[in-house]
Amino acid sequence: MNESRSKTKMVPLPSQAIIPERDATQRPILEVYRLGINFGGLVAVEDFNIAVGRTEICGLIGPNGAGKTTIFNLLTKVYQPTSGAILLDGKDTSNMNTAQINRAGIARTFQNIRLFPSLSVEDNVKIGLHNEIGYNMGTGILRLPAFYKAERHAKERAMDLLNLFDMTPLASHRAGSLPYGAQRRLEFVRALATNPKLLLLDEPAAGMNPSETEELMSNIEKIRDQFQIAIMLIEHDMRLVMGICEGIAVLNYGQIIAKGTPKEIQTNPLVIEAYLGKKKGHQVC
Amino acid sequence: MKRLRLRTNVDNWLTYGLVIVAYIAVRLLLAGGNISYALQGQLVPITVYIVMAVSLNLTVGVLGELSLGHAGFMSVGAFSGAITATLLELLADTTSTTWIRLGLSTPWIRLSLAMLIGGIIAGIFGFLVGVPVLRLQGDYLAIVTLAFGEIIKNVMSILYVGYDANGIRVSMDSANALKLDEGGTIIMNGPMGVIGITKLSSFTAGFILILITLIIVLNLINSRAGRAIKAVRDDKIATESVGISVWRYRMMAFVTSATLAGAAGALYALNYSSVVARKFDFNTSILVLVFVVLGGMGNIRGSIIAATVLTVLPEVLRAFNEYRMLTYAVILIAVMLVRNNATLQHVYKQIGARLSKSLPTRKKGSEV
Repeated sequence: MNESRSKTKMVPLPSQAIIPERDATQRPILEVYRLGINFGGLVAVEDFNIAVGRTEICGLIGPNGAGKTTIFNLLTKVYQPTSGAILLDGKDTSNMNTAQINRAGIARTFQNIRLFPSLSVEDNVKIGLHNEIGYNMGTGILRLPAFYKAERHAKERAMDLLNLFDMTPLASHRAGSLPYGAQRRLEFVRALATNPKLLLLDEPAAGMNPSETEELMSNIEKIRDQFQIAIMLIEHDMRLVMGICEGIAVLNYGQIIAKGTPKEIQTNPLVIEAYLGKKKGHQVC
Repeated sequence: MKRLRLRTNVDNWLTYGLVIVAYIAVRLLLAGGNISYALQGQLVPITVYIVMAVSLNLTVGVLGELSLGHAGFMSVGAFSGAITATLLELLADTTSTTWIRLGLSTPWIRLSLAMLIGGIIAGIFGFLVGVPVLRLQGDYLAIVTLAFGEIIKNVMSILYVGYDANGIRVSMDSANALKLDEGGTIIMNGPMGVIGITKLSSFTAGFILILITLIIVLNLINSRAGRAIKAVRDDKIATESVGISVWRYRMMAFVTSATLAGAAGALYALNYSSVVARKFDFNTSILVLVFVVLGGMGNIRGSIIAATVLTVLPEVLRAFNEYRMLTYAVILIAVMLVRNNATLQHVYKQIGARLSKSLPTRKKGSEV
């Protein structure tokens, strides 16, 4: 079941991080050095290092409470890191806020879906396109020709993006009234609409049945191939993680305990211990 | 999808149509002498309250933040408008340039300039108030806007403005502290407010202001910026995550709302011979909020209807004499109960669905 689909060969970087061989000619899209945060003395993440190649699908796994979502919140500046550096496309992001991070190229989805529930599906995607359709407030109020041109463009783009997930028939529905799976897909589309270079997916397969997960896996690979972007995902469904991730980082108690290809991770004793506990005789009750 | 778009457009045109038809109807009734004298006096206030309600709806219904100090911006607009109008009149008398004199002696030019300046100054106040206020959310924001409304009211009632050969003088002590030359005029006299205003406002001016307000608000809501404002209402974290500055769009909605309230305030002030700061107190803010809530959050047409009905109602209820306010309160409670009754809402929705055939039901704003 845990047979890896990807045959990507991983090569080490000078910083000891690994990225896919095909991306090694270019600088990694994301480089994180010694990232850490503590909440009033509680160390949530410590000494987190990772590099993500330009077209890599990278997995972040770990037991509950390991700090995976916290890492996403640090990368998107929902939390300000207390230590370490995040380089996006080689540029330091320490002075950016969440909105600027998105404009710089990181888009994300949320573990507990955050759509704009009272707006239509189409409007949700158009909000994702906000920075692409750059007419100002005055143009909108006076309904100048630029307004109609930009809105037409936005509509085409929104429909194209929705079409990727076969969601065009739902375009006029209220986002909040969609079934759970469709809401997850819409959040994915909205994140894609911001033209990211790196897409962070927080438990994209949560609540999905095996066939939906299978569809999601091929969708993620399709998006990566079509848009040539990097995707980093948090997921508990090992079939998905082992199936499509090329590099995997395992987190426990806020620290990376293992990094490598799916095969390496599956056989790593530290990972097995983190998930299943120590062998009998050493168990702490 | 095309149909939803069409429906938004139809919805907007219905709102414009309603206002235009109502204006023509009132004009015809006026011509026929069918409107009582008391009600005629209410025509301009009705237009003012409509603009106030629509602009507050932008903050409360579309942006989703409860503002309890809307009368403060109306007050700023009222006084800066009244002062502008008075100064322009003085300028028209003293200037030697013919075209300026001709222009300024035309009442509607003075009125438009007064409303424009009232709006701009109220907008600037909106920005200044917005800087601290928009750091907060929810109940805290409501309480702070309430406080700012009161602060503005109190500042306005100790403000003295005079005009003489040396220009405009401002003081916050007393009329004497202005040290005006002989022949100078006190325009604004502290708690007594602005006295001796030439009445410039008219029902038609109010109607035009409503149309301008509707164009600004409806076009704003249905544009890129409006989508961003609605996104902020629905989820701030998600809005940030798609690269939209929450601060910027909250401020945009807040300042636009204040600007329109300022223009309405100027129209209101220029409808009377004097205007005092006490008029723009907490009760006025709440009155406008009642229009918005009863008309439906985010429902612009509802605000217009609620503002009209609830301004006319006390006049009509004069027949009940001493039970007037009691009846008014009962009607308010009844409307609230009917609006929030789940069964009736369901019936209403079904009627709506039948009217629009197979269209998916689309909720307008967040109805409480």
